[in-house]
Formats: sequence, structure tokens, C-alpha cells
Amino acid sequence: MAEVLTRSAPIDTAHRPRIALRFGILALVVVLAAVGVLTWNVPGEPGSRAFWIAVDLRVVSVATIALVACCQAVATVLFHTATANRILTPSIMGFDALYVVMQTALVFFFGSAALSATDGLLKVAVQSVLMVGFATLLYGWLFAGRRGNLHIMLLVGVVLGVGFGSLSTVMQRLLTPSDFDILSARLFGNLSNSDAEYLPWAALVVAAVLAVVWRSRHRLDVLALGRDTSLNLGLTYRREVIVMLVLVAVLISVSTTMVGPMTFFGFIVATLAYQLAGSAQHRVVLPFAALLGMAALLGGYFVLRHVFYAAGMLSIIIEFVGGVFFLVYLLRKGSL
Amino acid sequence: MTSALLRPRARLALPMAVTGVAALVVLSLFVGAYDLGVDDFGAEMFFISRVPRTLALVLAGCAMAVSGLIMQLLTQNRFVEPSTTGTSEWAALGLLVTVLVAPAAPLPVRMVVASVAAFVGTMVFIGILQRISLRSSLVVPLIGIMLGVVVSAFTTYLAVSTNSLQMLGTWFMGSFTSIVRGRYEVLWVVALVVLLVFLYADRITVAGLGRDIATSVGLDHTRVLLIGTGLVAVATGVTTVVVGFLPFLGLVVPNLVSMWRGDNARANLPWVCLGGVAIVVVCDVVGRIVRMPFEVPVSMILGVVGSAVFITLLLRMRAHG
Repeated sequence: MAEVLTRSAPIDTAHRPRIALRFGILALVVVLAAVGVLTWNVPGEPGSRAFWIAVDLRVVSVATIALVACCQAVATVLFHTATANRILTPSIMGFDALYVVMQTALVFFFGSAALSATDGLLKVAVQSVLMVGFATLLYGWLFAGRRGNLHIMLLVGVVLGVGFGSLSTVMQRLLTPSDFDILSARLFGNLSNSDAEYLPWAALVVAAVLAVVWRSRHRLDVLALGRDTSLNLGLTYRREVIVMLVLVAVLISVSTTMVGPMTFFGFIVATLAYQLAGSAQHRVVLPFAALLGMAALLGGYFVLRHVFYAAGMLSIIIEFVGGVFFLVYLLRKGSL
Repeated sequence: MTSALLRPRARLALPMAVTGVAALVVLSLFVGAYDLGVDDFGAEMFFISRVPRTLALVLAGCAMAVSGLIMQLLTQNRFVEPSTTGTSEWAALGLLVTVLVAPAAPLPVRMVVASVAAFVGTMVFIGILQRISLRSSLVVPLIGIMLGVVVSAFTTYLAVSTNSLQMLGTWFMGSFTSIVRGRYEVLWVVALVVLLVFLYADRITVAGLGRDIATSVGLDHTRVLLIGTGLVAVATGVTTVVVGFLPFLGLVVPNLVSMWRGDNARANLPWVCLGGVAIVVVCDVVGRIVRMPFEVPVSMILGVVGSAVFITLLLRMRAHG
């Protein structure tokens, strides 16, 4: 591990001022966008009671966006590292859709009581455990194949996503309307209308996951070298990969609970983060990805909400831009 | 195929399959929330709702399965069909644009525009494929699916900004629930397409050998490509306007058929038609009875079944290297 660090260290130091500048600019964008969302066009005098009520309401939105952006960005980078490629992302591989299926199946088989009985931290925990268990089984099995071919994986993941989507719609159709109401209230949040009660729990979970990720940032660097090299360097490869997949599943389920599926967001953010970070080390890439995610989502939200008055469009625009971006990336890779 | 013909049992296979599918079709005529035998209105109901619905199932199932087969031959790729190339999404975009620009446009106009859009979209897709040299055949459907995602994001954007998102949802949810007399007749266009495909099957098969081989045996490859794409576009456009999306149908059926019978396109065509009809009818009947008197749209059941079969095919491919 030490060898890896010293080898990549010179590149890192040469670029350090420029990287730091980029980091600073991104942080500035995040802060500006956050302040913008909070205070732009607030009715009432700054400092008055009405002003603070409005700001209070908006704080929930800002916190949700920041949290979701962090989740998506970090989950995508982790997934890239764990699966040793930079095309697959958890969302494209159908993690979000899997989460929706699991939630729907929970209500479908056990009734809506199952959802309300598992409220608060317990709810998060139970759902995450289920989700993680299933995701690890499924994707662990998918990636375990020695003959694993990237394109097969990707296609399987995309089709899995479609299949899970259809499966959950079928089950939702079969629910009684009251069960469906409860389910959809739990399932499909959106950016401007998020659940303030759930937020602290989500923040807690995400903070814990991020702490674990940050602690293992150096191990992640080794993991990125691939299976054989990391085994050689003394890493228990399989265990590390499974731990990372577990963390990814937790992050994605938190993000999906709060704002629903976002297929291409993680892909855009992670790909740009690799370019901007100027280093493959996770201690650089991870903060960059998180900041970039927040900057993009907060900035997009601010522009759409206060310039174009079309806050609901954000996810559609992400889908469009992300799809084009992914297509171009795939084509450039495919033709090489 | 020759070996299949030599076996006496194989000669009986097709008539037997036809009988089986016919039985399914008859079943579809008599399954539904409305009890036909309960009053005098039953017979009338039968001809207003059941017969059109069943005919629509047969026509749409046939057309989409055959479309998948043609596209797979023309692109020389097993994983291509209207919903993995963006063709359906382009048809949807065409339909939405017609409705927004000319809300009063009659059904035939909508169908023509949707078919033209499907044709343009398929040509865009084929153009991309020809422009780049692809190392893996699996990249092809991926590009198609992503193209579809981009196009449908644009369609959604258009729908949201004109307040017609809800309309979009009900339109493209492939469902035969609303098919009654007077709504399905345009689907007969699709029967014509299937007939043309039967006549053209050999040429399409030869075109499927690749531009060089096709040209050297005296085939105008570009023309066949255009005609084939045109047929697929018409079938997809019409089906999308009348029924909605039928995901994976064109992928599952031809692949299952050629896994079992090999790759002779013309000999497989009847089987592909029958398979398409059988799957759509079964999915629709299941959708009708699973929670009577409500219905589950056929596209959802197809989505589940189709993606399961698709993934199985992919994993088999992985296992065999």
C-alpha cells in the first residue's frame, strides 16, 4: 500500500495548487447555490419572522439535495472501484429499481402495516438489511463469474432495471388503493417535497457510511488495482468488495427513499470527478465527487426553480443530459 | 432445417402449434370481467369487445415479433428489437408531436407521423451502428436502449411542459383494455406488413449476411435495408399508436425460435408469428384474470417475462463464452 501511495504522490504534488483551486471553486459554487436556494425571492424582510419560516422550510430541501448528491456520487465511485470499471453505476445496474421492488414486495406480501411498523431508525435498518442482502447476493453472484464480461453485465443490469420496474408496477397495480397510497407516499419523494422527519435518520446513516468509506480510502486505492494485484498486496479482496457493495446499497436506498430513482446522475458526477480530481486516489476523488454532486444538483435546482420556474424538470433534464453523456462515452469506448 | 423436415414428427409440429395457439385465441375470446352468458347483451358484447380485442392481440403480437426478427437480421445482432433500438420511443415522440401540433388530427394521420418518426429513429440508430466499428455485439442494444432513454426523456420534457404527462402514461402503457370495435381496425395495416415480410423473407435473410456478401450475390443491400426498416417502422408506429409499447416481445420470440430451430429466417417466420401471438395472448389473459374485474396491462407482464428471458439468454451466452 505504501508503495502505491509514494508512486502516485509526485503527480499529486505537481498538480496540487490547481486541484486545490478547483476544489475551492466547487465549494464556492455549492455554498453560493445553497445560499441562493435558501434566500432567493423569500417573502418578507431579511431577518423578519416570515423570512425565517421560509428559510426553515427551504433548509429541508437543501439538506435533502446535499445528502442525495453525496449518496449518489460516493456510491457510484465506490461501485466503480469495487467492480473495476467506470461504466457501470449502481443506478444504471438497477439498484434503485431493486429498492422499489423490495419496498413494493414488502407491502404486497405483508400489507402496509409492515411499512408503518418499521418506522424510524428501525425502518431504515430493516429495509437496508433486506436490500443489502439481496443486492449483495444478486450482484455478488453476477460479478463473481470469472468469465464476467463487462458488456453482458451492463446489459443484464439495464434489463434487470427494466424488469424490476415492470415487476413493481404489476405489484402496485394489485395493491388495494389504501396500501398503494401508503406505499407511494413512502416511495416517491421528490426534490422540492421531501420528508423532514426522515431527514435526520438519513443524515445519520449517510454520515456513518461516509465515515466508514473515508476510513477505508487507502484500501479502496488498492482495491482499484484489480483483484490479482490487491490480493498480492495483502487485501482480502472478496470481503472488501462485498463490504463496498453493502455500503453502495445503503447509500442508494437512502437516496431513492428521499427523491426516487436518478438513473444517470451518479455516472455524470463520477466521470467528471475523475477528470477534475487529477488523481485516482480516493482521498481526492471522493470529496471531489461529493462536492461536484452537490454543486450540480443544488445549482440545477436553483436555476430551474428561480430562473425557469420549473423545479419538477430537474430529474428529466438529468436523465436527458446523462443519457446523451453516457451514450457518447459508450460510443467512444465502443469504437476504440 | 433439412434434418427437421426429414423427421415425420417435425412435419406435424407446425399444425399442432397452430392448433395450440388457436385454442389460446379462443380462450381469450371467453375470458373477461363481463359474463357473456348472463343476458341477451352477451353476444353483442362479444362482438364489440372480445373479438376486436383478440384480433388486436393476434395482429400486434405477430407484428412486433416479426419486427424483432427483421431488425435482428438487418443489424446482424440477436439483441435488437423495436424497444431496444429506440424505435418505439421515436414513434411515441412522433405521436406526441402530432397531438400537440394538430390536436384534431385523425388516427391515420397520427399513425403516419408515428411511423415516419419510427423510421427516422431506426435510421439514426443504424447510422450510428455503421459509423462506428463495434467490438462487442452487446454494445448495440445498450446504445439502442440509451438512445431510447434520451428520446423518451425529451418526450417527457415535451409532455411536462405542455401539461400532457398523464396522457402520455395512458397512451404508451401497452394495454388492450381499451380496444373495442372501431378502435382496432387500423391494425390490419400490420397484417399487410407481416404479409410483405413473408414475401421478402429471403431477401432480408440474404441482407442479414452482411453488405458485402449480399451485394456479391446480386442484392441491392441498401434497398432491402430501407424496405426492411420501413416495414418495421410501420408495424411499430401503428402498434404504438393503437396499443402502446410491447417491450421485449420482438427479442424473446425470435431468439427462442432460433435457439430451437436454427437460423433459417423464412422457415422460422410462421413460428415467430405463432410465438408472438401465443405470448401476447397468454400475458393478456393472465392480466385479465389475475385480479378480476381489474386488469393488469399486458406491457407490464411482458416486461417481467421478457426481461427474465432476456437475462437468461445473456447468462447462457456468458456461460458458453
